[in-house]
Amino acid sequence: MSMTVSLVFLAVLMAVFGGWLFSHSVGVRPWEAQAAGSGQRQGLGGGQLPAAATAPRVGLAVFLAVATSLFALTVSAYLMRQEMAHDWRPLAVPGLLWWNTACLVLGSVALQLAWQAARRDQLPRLWRGLLVGGGFTIAFILGQALAWWQLQSGGITLAANPANAFFFLLTALHAVHLLGGLFAWSRSLFRLQQGATPAAVRQSVELCALYWHFLLVVWGILFALLLMT
Amino acid sequence: MAEHGQHSVQHAAAGEFDNMELVHPKTFLGKYVWSQDAKVIAIQYGVTAIAIGLVALVLSILMRLQLGFPNTFSLIDPASYLQYVTMHGMIMVVYLLTALFLGAFGNYLIPLMCGARDMAFPYLNMLSYWFYLAAVLILMASFFVPGGATGAGWTLYPPQAISPGTPGIDGGILLMFASLSVFIAGFTMGGLNYVVTVLQARTRGMTLMRLPLTIWGIFMATVMALLAFPALLVAILMMLCDMLLGTSFFMPEMLNLGEPSAHEGGSPLLYQHLFWFFGHPEVYIVALPAFGIVSDILATHARKNIFGYRMMVWAIIIIAVLSFVVWAHHMFISGMNPYFGFLFATTTLIIAVPTAIKVYNWVLTLWRGNIRMTVPMLFAIGFIFTFVNGGLSGLFLGNVTVDVPLADTYFVVGHFHMVMAVAPVLVVFGAIYHWYPKITGRMLDDTLGKIHFWVTFLGTYAIFYPMHFMGFAGVPRRYYGYGETSYIPDSMQALNAFMSVAAIIVALVQLVFFYNLVRSYFHGREAGPNPWQATTLEWQTEHTPPRHGNFGAELPVVYRWAYDYGVPGAKHDFLPQNMPPEAVEADDTVPGRRS
Repeated sequence: MSMTVSLVFLAVLMAVFGGWLFSHSVGVRPWEAQAAGSGQRQGLGGGQLPAAATAPRVGLAVFLAVATSLFALTVSAYLMRQEMAHDWRPLAVPGLLWWNTACLVLGSVALQLAWQAARRDQLPRLWRGLLVGGGFTIAFILGQALAWWQLQSGGITLAANPANAFFFLLTALHAVHLLGGLFAWSRSLFRLQQGATPAAVRQSVELCALYWHFLLVVWGILFALLLMT
Repeated sequence: MAEHGQHSVQHAAAGEFDNMELVHPKTFLGKYVWSQDAKVIAIQYGVTAIAIGLVALVLSILMRLQLGFPNTFSLIDPASYLQYVTMHGMIMVVYLLTALFLGAFGNYLIPLMCGARDMAFPYLNMLSYWFYLAAVLILMASFFVPGGATGAGWTLYPPQAISPGTPGIDGGILLMFASLSVFIAGFTMGGLNYVVTVLQARTRGMTLMRLPLTIWGIFMATVMALLAFPALLVAILMMLCDMLLGTSFFMPEMLNLGEPSAHEGGSPLLYQHLFWFFGHPEVYIVALPAFGIVSDILATHARKNIFGYRMMVWAIIIIAVLSFVVWAHHMFISGMNPYFGFLFATTTLIIAVPTAIKVYNWVLTLWRGNIRMTVPMLFAIGFIFTFVNGGLSGLFLGNVTVDVPLADTYFVVGHFHMVMAVAPVLVVFGAIYHWYPKITGRMLDDTLGKIHFWVTFLGTYAIFYPMHFMGFAGVPRRYYGYGETSYIPDSMQALNAFMSVAAIIVALVQLVFFYNLVRSYFHGREAGPNPWQATTLEWQTEHTPPRHGNFGAELPVVYRWAYDYGVPGAKHDFLPQNMPPEAVEADDTVPGRRS
């Protein structure tokens, strides 16, 4: 059953969440009042997230869970549709996609370096990292568009076969998520342009880098799926 | 008495948990329209949701008029009847209940009950409301496009949703897709806020196991919605491709007026899987906040701690998890593998266990409580009855062999209206009567409230109970008219007329409620900060209604759970969550008892 993909994702998510919750509820007596300063777990600090889990980071993590749900369900639909009818004709994945993948990897690496530079307060390296990272990402998206065009002109059109339709759907969904990321990226860039210090944009650069790594992993999975089926 | 907790309150050290920067607007527009204050956003959500809910209520009356008195009202033709069915369902489930519980109650209660100044991301929160409003307006616009709104049923099943012959094929269905997509985007923004605020912005001492059950319900419902709505979004996107770009995700090969369609090989069943992967959790997205709110209303108005708090929390979590593995019980007659059906029947019946635990615990909370029959309490008790009735008929439908003959009859309509329409709406009313004093500073009128409760409660039974009998008689649902149908006895028509009259009475009595809301806002009795003598933090604010930032100069510190009612040895019958143990006054009227 292809829905398993989505269910496994949900099961893992719920297991992590449930385990965390369990560690905060087992052995706790909620009906007991507690004086100030006593008892870590049940006491005043209990149940708080660690200091590293700032609101923006937790917010990003929750959003990534939503995006993962979206991609997992689309992959489920992909596998299900493949099983349900006999009209599935796999398409030859354009070789260009390998180059695009390399671009996305480099973009992700560059943004990681930008994050590092922001932490170390190195403005020139931050600029370079951001520009290179965004540039490779834009190259990736243009490359995907080129791959679409190649397929279209090769007669592999959207409506001709469900395999084609899913190819376009999956790559489009992924590209739309990258475009959203580029919006956040351009805002950091704009703030730097306006004279913001590396420390001031550290948070948003960090979120961009993490989001890019996530989308790289998603692309890896989607690409592997397209190659294997 | 209500204020006695205020003097001894200790506060969180400044800066420790209180590092939120709030935007304090100066203009009227900034304060009440483009507001980033969660409480204002909550009221915006609430007013919009109730307004659109009234549209859906009018649609249901139009349906009842046709069913009760067929061929009497010329404005209702078969196509518009289907449009009413569709829009009524979609509005009530998504745009009213989901938005009201999560958008309105979530926004109002999460920061206040967790002891936070505001939501984690106020700007995103504001954006969430404006997306929601846009979604509502797009949906309303679909009534006015050529061909009108879609009549595909709220499930929007392909192929008929986008095939010629279905009402609204021209523009209505497109606007429905657009509206839902905007709604999902807006909800994701709001949902991020609710989850992060609960996880991250609780005040000192507010451990997970001290959260009021209202927050647990809203929190888990939000988590579910965040994970389930993407299924609807994917399904909508794929159907849009089928409709506009000629793909065949869902559309099979069909003949239309003898002409073959452009599609081939698509699977309508695939859509059903995706839709119900969203659709079934959606039932619990509506139910879990209701469960939570009812628990708090019962404990407060029965002056007793909630029975089995930890069990209640874990029941909410287990229901949330299980609700993701029962979706195919909506598809028993779709032609899927019968063994597959038994798997889903089993998971469906297992979900009855945590649900039953919750019902037992509510009843046991009432057991030997000091019950105050206030209006919120009446609604909460009404909810228990209605939810049990609706839940029991769910056991019938959860079994494959019983579901097959009952599917697509009025039994199903009776079941889901009892369990996920009337029951949550009773909680919505109870919650409004309960929190209105905090929101406005004035009490709602008691007599009008009791008239509202009894007519609504008994009236909804008069509407939906007979539907179960009609279902057993085999009367199919969604039909505009029955004409001369040999197996449907004439008595069913009399029953239909009775139900329609009851529906009109229930709809009219809602005017009493709205009159009460408006009148009490200007002339209601002053409520004071804590009229119900409740323990949770929203009743301990410095101002009523609370101002932007919720609490005074310092955030409250929490020392106890939300259910310290009637604590033995304490002088007062409730101890607010922010009252330190050393401030509790002993009851000196009972010799030998110390706290």
